[in-house]
Amino acid sequence: MRYLPLSESNRRDMLNVIGAGSVDELFRDLPKAALASARFTLPTTASEIEVERTLSTMAARNLNCGAAPSFLGAGNYRHHTPASMDYIIQRGEFLTAYTPYQPEISQGTLQAIFEFQTQVALITGMEIANASMYDGATACAEGVAMAARLTKRTSALVSGNVHPHYRDVTATCMKFLDVAVECLAPDPTGVEDLIGRISDEHACVVVQTPGFFGHLKDYTALAEACHAAGALLVVCVTEPVALGLITPPGHMGADIVVGEGQSLAGPMSFGGPGVGLFATREKFLRQMPGRLAGETTDEDGRRGWVLTLSTREQHIRREKATSNICTNSGLIALAFSTHMTLLGEAGFTRLAQLNHAMAVTLAERVEKLPGVKLLPNAFFNEFALRLPKPAAGVVEALAARKILGGVPASRFYPTYPELANVLLLTVTETNTAADIDALVAALKEVLS
Amino acid sequence: MTMPTTASGNRGLQLEQGLIFELNTPGMTAVDLPPAPKVAERLGGLKNTKAIGLPGLSEPDVVRHYTRLSQKNYSIDSGFYPLGSCTMKHNPRLNEKMARLPGFADIHPFQPLSTVQGALELIDTCAQWLKELTGMTAVAMSPAAGAHGELCGLMCIKSAHEANGQGHRKIVLVPESAHGTNPATAALCGYTVEAIPANAEGRVDVAALKAHLRPQDGKMEIAAVMITNPNTCGLFERDCIAIAEAVHAAGAYFYMDGANYNAIVARLRIADLGVDAMHINLHKTFSTPHGGGGPGAGPTVLSAKLAPFAPVPMVVTAGSGFDVEEHAGHGEARQSYGRMKGYHGQFGVFVRAVAYMMAMGVDGLKQASGDAVLNANYLLARLSAELTPAFDGPCMHEAVFDDRFLKGTGVSTLDIAKALIDEGVHPPTMYFPLVVHGALLMEPTETESKATLDQFVNSLLSLARKAKSGTAEAMFKASPQLAPRRRLDETKAARKPVLRWLPPAGNHEGNGDTKREAAE
Repeated sequence: MRYLPLSESNRRDMLNVIGAGSVDELFRDLPKAALASARFTLPTTASEIEVERTLSTMAARNLNCGAAPSFLGAGNYRHHTPASMDYIIQRGEFLTAYTPYQPEISQGTLQAIFEFQTQVALITGMEIANASMYDGATACAEGVAMAARLTKRTSALVSGNVHPHYRDVTATCMKFLDVAVECLAPDPTGVEDLIGRISDEHACVVVQTPGFFGHLKDYTALAEACHAAGALLVVCVTEPVALGLITPPGHMGADIVVGEGQSLAGPMSFGGPGVGLFATREKFLRQMPGRLAGETTDEDGRRGWVLTLSTREQHIRREKATSNICTNSGLIALAFSTHMTLLGEAGFTRLAQLNHAMAVTLAERVEKLPGVKLLPNAFFNEFALRLPKPAAGVVEALAARKILGGVPASRFYPTYPELANVLLLTVTETNTAADIDALVAALKEVLS
Repeated sequence: MTMPTTASGNRGLQLEQGLIFELNTPGMTAVDLPPAPKVAERLGGLKNTKAIGLPGLSEPDVVRHYTRLSQKNYSIDSGFYPLGSCTMKHNPRLNEKMARLPGFADIHPFQPLSTVQGALELIDTCAQWLKELTGMTAVAMSPAAGAHGELCGLMCIKSAHEANGQGHRKIVLVPESAHGTNPATAALCGYTVEAIPANAEGRVDVAALKAHLRPQDGKMEIAAVMITNPNTCGLFERDCIAIAEAVHAAGAYFYMDGANYNAIVARLRIADLGVDAMHINLHKTFSTPHGGGGPGAGPTVLSAKLAPFAPVPMVVTAGSGFDVEEHAGHGEARQSYGRMKGYHGQFGVFVRAVAYMMAMGVDGLKQASGDAVLNANYLLARLSAELTPAFDGPCMHEAVFDDRFLKGTGVSTLDIAKALIDEGVHPPTMYFPLVVHGALLMEPTETESKATLDQFVNSLLSLARKAKSGTAEAMFKASPQLAPRRRLDETKAARKPVLRWLPPAGNHEGNGDTKREAAE
């Protein structure tokens, strides 16, 4: 087996040193009955070319988004990633390192985390950010748990414009912590009244920008209402490219910003792994979950970085930790950070402008189709449409024409008949004018 | 020999590198984009009018920046990484290549299911391997990492207790030697934690465990017992079947922490040990890369009693193809406790793990656990010449030493670890498990050659002799001297946290700058 370097003679020599007759003898503490009954119906070792054949065949059974005009979003976005980004994250020194517990020989990872923390703080308009969470949905649950700890309150109000997976994951996790999560009905038209519902029992209100149905909203008044009631405002961001163009949550008064960095961090990969973003105010630092890299100096006075404030974390604080997270999304955070570095201020804002302009181009055409209503007035690169017929069937009919024409809201809300005709469409810089022509033409056919 | 000083601060191949924010050329970018079509913006007055504060760099400068950073890292590609309980084994590049196939990488979680049958087959293939290897009834694929898998297991357990009218059970028993994630997870699940002591031979004190399992004031309050097996001392819990029986007799569930599953994979089925739930770190046992901290994946195998409560999504077979149950409360997810992760789990990690499983085969996996245990016992045997093993062998996949061999030398476990850095190896895990004084926990893994182990042994034996000689304390305290940095001041980092770059005072442009005062 090519991954195993010991030869048979090595094994014999080593057993001699140990004073054991066989490798099996080293497993003598395992229950004999369990050893005897172990039978496995599984394939035996395979060569590289065989594995590659099998998996390539499996992969080819999927319609990949590069092979069809694709307008899918709903929290997961197809963007172009520069070749140098994937090259950098495949360098073995990044790919095959562990968590930087020995800082003298982990300065590369630590400095990259410090830069990532700064970038996340800058684009969200917040003071500090951590080294990453698993994904946006789990970051949202952690944000609500943190708000509950900070306010010592046990309920949360979640907008109907929050991604349903973020809402579901938060509701699941909070159920086990006895925090009541009040989820408002899905809000495709963007008319819900949150301010009128805030009470002084809420730890936080959770909203999203851009919203799940595409709406852009000013949350400044909501933040003020939250603070007046002693609650915190948690803002989710599922499409961070938007932050190159729109007012960041921190400028609207957000206390905690959580999000998903996948859209800037590489392939969609069927939804995972992504990278959870988590930013907040400096004054909430001690209740923050997750790792943090901090600046310091070494014995020669040279600048360097270490993991710090780990008294918040499970390996020190055990059951009193702010979270149980250990492994996070280090490599995807590096991908995110590398891409942000490649873009810079100029590239990031231009990328966002291009996305928005492409989306407006599509919106202007589809809203003219008979029976179609564009739901958000203001949006970034994604918007909900109300169609004259069920969106799930429309998407299937488009797929039959080799167009991945958006995500039907019924995929998330199968029990809401009023959402049956709602379709989410996303346009990014990966779409061409020809893609948009193809989608509009196909939609005309399918809807007629 | 003293280190020459240089004008640049560089030392040959050790190149100093500033922060990207210090390399800023305003307006520069490494990404050229096609022009945007001219449209009337529809941002509803929410256009950001302020600068963000991101630096501008060209592509060559970015590539050089990260290349230089990478060269300040130790990695499994570059050398021996015997970090106990972390399983730093070789990461085959085939796995990376497979994860980047467009049919796996460039697919969206909400494409029509008819267009992603290959992806569902991949998830199902991974699930079938895990179920067959463990003999368990079901596997929840969505947990994102080990600690997340623990949470999945305990959520299933709590849901099962509530369904059975046992919701009053609020205590989880965890051995003192457990990873910190175990008690932290129990707390996140709304449980309180009671610690179980270890016996002198490094295993769970079964008598103490049974005493905890007795009803208190006529009420049974124990919900579950979480035991890492092989445990964090690198020993197999010989009594695990008796423990499982006692736990079940008390109406509680047996959670086995699978962080060390790589030591026993393809040798026995954990179902035969009476386990109710166990997470499997794909980034350890199945060799997906650690990536400087993640991502991982922590699928959780479940017994028949817990399977009905598993989280969504679940891939299910439908006719000749696959379907996904995405909503709790329906079909096979009738009793599911809900969703704990977005989308379909860590799909890209599943692809890498399946590539590894297929390459190894069941025979290769058995050889791997054998070689991992052989390598650890070889270290235990050879290092015992100068070091003091914490427990009698044989060990499983890792060997733990205490610091008795350093007694009276003035040299600590930390000093030994830092001196090993100058020897060119990554130090073992230090001061864990907590039950071993001054612990050095070494996990060589199966992907190291005898020559690599011999070189490590020679380095460590030589350091131990130096420490005992009583003449080298200053050298130890000063180490490492040859790494990109010497010892870093962690107290300073924690006392006055600097967690982000801030522009020099006086420059007040960008999202973050107005917060400068608050952050200082």
